[in-house]
Amino acid sequence: MDFNSLLSIVTFLPMAAALIMALFLRGDDAMAQQNAKWLALAATTATFIISLAILFEFDPDQTGFQLVEEREWLLGLTYKLGVDGISVLFVMLTTFLMPLVIAACWDVTHRVKDYMIALLILETLMIGVFVALDLVLFYLFFEAGLIPMFLIIGIWGGANRIYASFKFFLYTFLGSVLMLVAMVAMYIDAGTTDIPSLLQHQFDAGPISLLGWQIAGGMQMLLWLAFFASFAVKMPMWPVHTWLPDAHVQAPTAGSVVLAAILLKMGGYGFLRFSLPMFPVASDIMAPLVMWLSVIAIIYTSLVAMVQDDMKKLIAYSSVAHMGFVTMGIFAANQQGVDGAIFQMISHGFISGALFLCVGVIYDRMHTRDIEAYGGLVTRMPAYALVFMLFTMANVGLPGTSGFVGEFLTLVGVFQVNTWIGVLAATGVILSAGYALWLYRRVVFGDLIKESLKSITDMTRRERMIFAPLIVMTLLLGVYPSLVTDIIGPSVEALLTNYDVALAQHVPDTQVASH
Amino acid sequence: MIATDLSILTPEIVLAVYAMIGLLAAVYTSKDGLASTLTYVTAVLFVVMAFYIGVTGGGTRIAFGGMFVDDGFARFAKITILLAAAAILVISHDYMEKSDLLRFEYPMLITLATIGMMIMVSAGDLMALYMGLELQSLSLYVIASLRRDSVRSTEAGLKYFILGALSSGLLLYGASLVYGYSGTTLFSGIIDTAVNGELSIGLLLGLVFLIAGLAFKVSAAPFHMWTPDVYEGSPTPVTAFFATAPKVAAMALFARVVHDAFGGAVGDWQQIVAFLAVFSMFLGAIAAIGQTDIKRLMAYSSISHMGFALMGLSAGTEQGVTAMLIYMAIYVTMNIGTFAFIMSMEKDGRHVTEITALSNFSSKEPLKALAVLVLMFSLAGVPPMVGFFGKFAVLMAAVDAGLIWLAVAGVIASVIGAFYYLRIVYLMYFGAEEDGLDGRMGLVPWVGLVACAGIMVLGVFNLFGVDGLAEAAAATLVR
Repeated sequence: MDFNSLLSIVTFLPMAAALIMALFLRGDDAMAQQNAKWLALAATTATFIISLAILFEFDPDQTGFQLVEEREWLLGLTYKLGVDGISVLFVMLTTFLMPLVIAACWDVTHRVKDYMIALLILETLMIGVFVALDLVLFYLFFEAGLIPMFLIIGIWGGANRIYASFKFFLYTFLGSVLMLVAMVAMYIDAGTTDIPSLLQHQFDAGPISLLGWQIAGGMQMLLWLAFFASFAVKMPMWPVHTWLPDAHVQAPTAGSVVLAAILLKMGGYGFLRFSLPMFPVASDIMAPLVMWLSVIAIIYTSLVAMVQDDMKKLIAYSSVAHMGFVTMGIFAANQQGVDGAIFQMISHGFISGALFLCVGVIYDRMHTRDIEAYGGLVTRMPAYALVFMLFTMANVGLPGTSGFVGEFLTLVGVFQVNTWIGVLAATGVILSAGYALWLYRRVVFGDLIKESLKSITDMTRRERMIFAPLIVMTLLLGVYPSLVTDIIGPSVEALLTNYDVALAQHVPDTQVASH
Repeated sequence: MIATDLSILTPEIVLAVYAMIGLLAAVYTSKDGLASTLTYVTAVLFVVMAFYIGVTGGGTRIAFGGMFVDDGFARFAKITILLAAAAILVISHDYMEKSDLLRFEYPMLITLATIGMMIMVSAGDLMALYMGLELQSLSLYVIASLRRDSVRSTEAGLKYFILGALSSGLLLYGASLVYGYSGTTLFSGIIDTAVNGELSIGLLLGLVFLIAGLAFKVSAAPFHMWTPDVYEGSPTPVTAFFATAPKVAAMALFARVVHDAFGGAVGDWQQIVAFLAVFSMFLGAIAAIGQTDIKRLMAYSSISHMGFALMGLSAGTEQGVTAMLIYMAIYVTMNIGTFAFIMSMEKDGRHVTEITALSNFSSKEPLKALAVLVLMFSLAGVPPMVGFFGKFAVLMAAVDAGLIWLAVAGVIASVIGAFYYLRIVYLMYFGAEEDGLDGRMGLVPWVGLVACAGIMVLGVFNLFGVDGLAEAAAATLVR
């Protein structure tokens, strides 16, 4: 069988479905809404099934890019797609979660067709980010994702959705445009926008002076900072995380799931694809700063999470804390750290997605996210209590769940680099137990005294079916992590070898310069 | 000899003769009864001339001893101008008819203005430059006040005329200085004096005045003051015309003057153009935030876009001119689509321009709202819309020329600018339920709107080859 266009098919299948829906689906009655939902579900499921072929075709032992497609594009750019060990699992994560996201918005009745189209287009753009092997193509997918997400928050969001959607858009747009200038500078310096070639290209790291400031790391440092502006916002890292709680709280359930589970991973992916391998010298100089910022994020946002009264906001802050482990692991720049960071991102995709779905389940019934409005749910909703418990535990990082593996690996990685950061970050694990378990206690345990909750019903069959795959994945990765580490291992190893080589080569330069 | 010279000017001559015949025919027959026919005939003639220029042109031909240059650059600009003018004429027909403005002078004045623009982009001499510029400007002053019984429209025309005269004065003063210090009005002669080392102080002053005059015509800040008032006061189709063809002509003329006449002194004008670019980008972006009238908003938007086009020009390289041409072609297309929509903004049968009228438009007219959304994101420069590639091209040129600070300033301005485009999207999609626009739209504006939006999306595949054409065109200008 010919697999030449496999990645293109997986990437653009959802968009094709969106186009069909836009052109052929008329009306807004119940029938048309049903059709839209089923079509979207079918398209995302088909995308997932086809994307499994990527996993089968993918050979983890090769460290280069695989399933590469290349075509001419405009302005001297190329349309080039491909996956390696780092990106392939993010593609799978996206295609795996999207059918669940579609299923989770089955009860939406406001402009259903538009909603489905926005989600399908968003899926294409998200997959595109992970498979693009051209700098500008990557930027195109990376930025274009803002448009459907802006609309999803703005049209289907909560009461304060307009503020949140503008903040989301402008915040991330500002971060990204600086990256665009850096990309243009890279294009001019290296003469190509081809990512595999750029990975081989060595950007000048000799110190330069700008406006009287001596900049260590030179051009690499400037490029690194521009990329950092974009990825740190996307991630999001402390102190540029403030858009995330707003966006999460106002976004509809499906939007929150996509945001937490997939969109945040683009920042981490970007660090691994660009910052670390392309600007090793600058990364090395900035690594301590990034790790300290990560530790602050872990501790600070965990404390902030504790005092939230809004469930979604609490989980949003918890996401920021968990992303702190990711950035910390990436910039530890050793096998455990980077493996752990990728693992943490994949696992956080399942767990945070599931947690937002858990909030969605009770929000659909009570139309409030206020923690105070709940309590004692276990008596009326035993199945829900069980599912919520499982994901709370996974969020805390209980051994046996996937949350544990990621946090443990990143901590091991960081410990080798800086003991203090490792110790402080470990306290974050305790704090996360604090806020997560407290949330669980207040919502699920206690006496069911609130009148409004007396008639609440347990999860429907549809909701159970949405959670089932997430439960399976969380537990499976928890007890058998080599499913992931076997795939990412060789690519990460190659990345780190190149990183160390580049650093070793650079040291003589600085000595020469200092004479 | 004269025959060859005239053959080079065929398109201009044909249009000029047509304008005379059209005027006479209308005056001696049914006057405004002929306006409708004339509008369509003019548009068809523009398209035919655009094809004629595209098919027959080749190489660089010079007429009248270098006064008039017909090269790839001029042809690219002329084709863009003619097609833009034709599109605006066709799209505006319904609006003009409905608001009782369909006079025969309208298509004829646009024809005369277009001839002026064609001479501008082909000018190889300061005299030809001024002739083309004034032919264009005088026609534009008149159409700005086409709505004779409206105070706003006459005010716009008068304001435009006074400020335009001032800028022409500046330009003439600059031209006289340049002539005085170089001894010639021919661009090819001026460049020779410039190439020999430094520009003399008189030439430099002349250059500055010339640039100030040109900056007024492209409405670059700080010479932009007339733009919002004229845009708001003029009838909407006239505004649409102002925002498209004359901008291309003025920008092309700008490029011709700085490259053809002062190509050897890039360092001398680069700073000035870069300053104009930065100032325009930020002023356009920031001042538009508070606007409540969509035509004023588009005025500031165009100021900001001119800033980006100037960023390409300030690179002072062939790549920069290419980027500028690509940017202008994309800008014109976006504006035609947007103005096709603005012309059809009606509430209870009356034309409106307040942006609040857009509230909740998407639930009534999903397709049109989607098309406007695409255009807005394209204007904001968000990928995958084609507007992004325009920005990308000028950024490339600026960074390549070492103007990284300019590129950084530009992208930051584009983030500020994104706010007001988003506000239009927000009103259409998340706006409160209230009586919005009627939503009716004639077939032709509808086609214009949807086609331009379609181009903004489909252009992501290959930009319809505009990048290649622009590159070839720029190669003939920058040597």
